[in-house]
Amino acid sequence: MPRIVVDVMPKPEILDPQGKAIVGALPRLGFTAFSSVRQGKRFELTVDGEVTEEILAQARDAAETLLSNPVIEDVVNVEVVEA
Amino acid sequence: MTELPLIGEAVAVAAHPRLAGAKIGVVTFPGTLDDRDAARAVRLAGATPVELWHAGTTLGDVDAVVIPGGFSYGDYLRAGAIARFAPLMSKIIDAANSDAKLPVLGICNGFQILTESHLLPGSMIKNDHLKFMCRDQVLRVENNTTAWTGDYAAGQEITVPLKNQDGQYIADEKTLDALEAEGRVVFRYVGFNPNGSRRDIAGISNAAGNVVGLMPHPEHAVEAGFGPEIGSGTEGLGFFTSVLNKIVGDNK
Repeated sequence: MPRIVVDVMPKPEILDPQGKAIVGALPRLGFTAFSSVRQGKRFELTVDGEVTEEILAQARDAAETLLSNPVIEDVVNVEVVEA
Repeated sequence: MTELPLIGEAVAVAAHPRLAGAKIGVVTFPGTLDDRDAARAVRLAGATPVELWHAGTTLGDVDAVVIPGGFSYGDYLRAGAIARFAPLMSKIIDAANSDAKLPVLGICNGFQILTESHLLPGSMIKNDHLKFMCRDQVLRVENNTTAWTGDYAAGQEITVPLKNQDGQYIADEKTLDALEAEGRVVFRYVGFNPNGSRRDIAGISNAAGNVVGLMPHPEHAVEAGFGPEIGSGTEGLGFFTSVLNKIVGDNK
């Protein structure tokens, strides 16, 4: 069954405390190549049947109203992934 | 919710014969923690608490609403994000924005729910130090003209408990400037900023002053012997007596 993937990231101007904690932990494991980490969220919305334009529009609407908070986050990607 | 205080007398600070008739709704979501304490604070202030369930579709005849702290819906997605769409919340949003300007107080998770509801601007993210923090916190009352702060003096410092993980208040600079200019920064942290909040902001109000949200917990500082050891330990009671005086004043 097809899925709609929604990716949400903290806005660039917002300090991401979780990403900061992760970038602090990486060198302790020997991963020294990464100067910054930002942590986002990935949602997978499963659709029973075909993904129509109307269903994709619903997913975009849900991404803006519930899945993300526009004050602190951006929806950076909404795409259909066939199973 | 009829229990008596464990110690001391249940004396209303702003005693008024009409206060006991005042009804203050206390909302419970799945995962709410502090509804019992909030209801107790309402009772100690001299009014009658009314239990409101998140799935309810009516506010009944309550004169004000408290959205207490906790971890509604396990803080899944974002703190307050799912609670914001509970059936009762749309009633609260409508009542807060109506001409009647229902007084609404959001404490901690309740504050997060109010920002997710867009009743208050900005948002909360994880504390800058990433740890859960619990401490007695000094606050300065920056605005004593809101529905929930009238019994305090402007500039008064009060100590109430603070306990949160997602307590860092953020908003863009334009919003922060507007909040400051309009006197809508209601509380500021004093001496120590416990979570990295912009401009030491602990609590804010909407433009009309009927909706107030803050991260610290006034409902845990209402009874001698159980509140902070700094100060009287009951310096949070003024929130609840303030709104009662406001209700009684409006109904004169």
